[in-house]
Amino acid sequence: MKKTVLNAEHRNLGARMVPFGDWDMPVNYGSQIEEHHAVRNKAGMFDVSHMQAVDLRGAKVREFLRHLLANDVQKLQNSGKALYSCMLNELGGVIDDLIVYFMTEDWFRMVVNAGTAEKDIAWMTKQAAEFDIDINVRDDLAMIAVQGPEARQMALPLLSDELSSAAAQLKIFSAASSGDWFVGRTGYTGEDGFEVLMPKDQAADFWNKLLNAGVQPCGLGARDTLRLEAGMNLYGSDMDEQVSPLEAGLKWTLALEPAERNFIGRQALENKLAEGNLKKFVGLILQGRGVLRDHQQLFINDRQVGEITSGGFSPTLNKAIAFARIEADVDSDLSVDIRGKKLPVDIVKLPFARNGKALY
Amino acid sequence: MSNIPDDLMYTDSHEWVRDEGDNTATIGITDHAQDLLGDLVYVEMPDVGDNLDAGAEAGVLESVKAASDYYSPLSGEVIEVNEDLNDSPETINEQPYDAGWLYKIRMTDAGELDNLLNAEGYAAVVEADDH
Repeated sequence: MKKTVLNAEHRNLGARMVPFGDWDMPVNYGSQIEEHHAVRNKAGMFDVSHMQAVDLRGAKVREFLRHLLANDVQKLQNSGKALYSCMLNELGGVIDDLIVYFMTEDWFRMVVNAGTAEKDIAWMTKQAAEFDIDINVRDDLAMIAVQGPEARQMALPLLSDELSSAAAQLKIFSAASSGDWFVGRTGYTGEDGFEVLMPKDQAADFWNKLLNAGVQPCGLGARDTLRLEAGMNLYGSDMDEQVSPLEAGLKWTLALEPAERNFIGRQALENKLAEGNLKKFVGLILQGRGVLRDHQQLFINDRQVGEITSGGFSPTLNKAIAFARIEADVDSDLSVDIRGKKLPVDIVKLPFARNGKALY
Repeated sequence: MSNIPDDLMYTDSHEWVRDEGDNTATIGITDHAQDLLGDLVYVEMPDVGDNLDAGAEAGVLESVKAASDYYSPLSGEVIEVNEDLNDSPETINEQPYDAGWLYKIRMTDAGELDNLLNAEGYAAVVEADDH
């Protein structure tokens, strides 16, 4: 199994380790519910070094990315600005979801998911052929996400003076870099905070400084409940190559204007929009006792109308929540089959929580 | 390192039993079990008055990770359930052998206690589980 450079730190902290794809990762350091609350109320940190940073350099990078990605990097005009986008195949299915940062006209950085990194890089390399792009897979970097209302103020003093000063000025969804260190004001929790990339040999030191400052180590268990509450999709659960952004609640990430931008998958999306009858992607809350889980089936009386794509327990709401893909005509009277029993669920708009507070 | 008190008896499905000496027993799940399950969010317990057979399903534990059935180590009538677990299921994670007890049973056949594992026997089960 692959290990991040912080593997020993996790084990020393008594983390329960689990396989996450090919990676040996911490699922919790004791209680994932406590870790979740720490992020919503103060600050928590995640080892996300299994994710992959990829640097794209060349004169035609912007042009290439406007062809490769379903969202439009033309929106990125200020250095450091970031964009969340899907990368589609020709059938409009999602190859991955990712964040791309515009650093300079000839340098853009992408951060892609761990489980899809190899596939993504192969795809990008193939698509970049005529654009003369240098694709540099940054295996030399580790990544730590510090998230929560106090995350930035706790992390800033631990960065170099130069980086700290730049990072303190960052607007939401922007990044700054200094040497091989890189700080993005981004995250996967619905809280404010930073995702910090650094040379691997400096990661343990930064992790331990954050630990000594009182930042709570958080594992994959809390990471999942936080992103679920925040209404953020998980590739592989909420969408995959068989699902288009239109049926995964990601229509907002598609830039169909300008019409002349011929990005990969555009035609397929237009066809789907013309055909209509697309499924919808909704939030669910179980009002009673129980936990909603991936793949549970949804019904109106005996008619099966959809399925849960991501389910779990929300510590902030103290109820079970889920994302689901359901037939377009379904508005109410929905029930979920939990281990043979049908229980009523409420359909709600995402997200479930904002600014640390429950919305329902 | 799992905590396995010497004065209790165990099943290989990770329940513990405390013989109260008056033909009743208190039953819960072990430290190893709560660690595997993760944070508990809902606990379904049997009803007072239910008659359980040894080996029958007694209830369900819902954690953040999975739903897990638990089984009665002994036959008998359920005489009390731990109502506190309705509001605070995490007590099982925090104190699996004390405040996190699940239910109490009046035994119909005290001989069934001989079928249970002692602490050493259960430690071997945990050891096998961890590898």
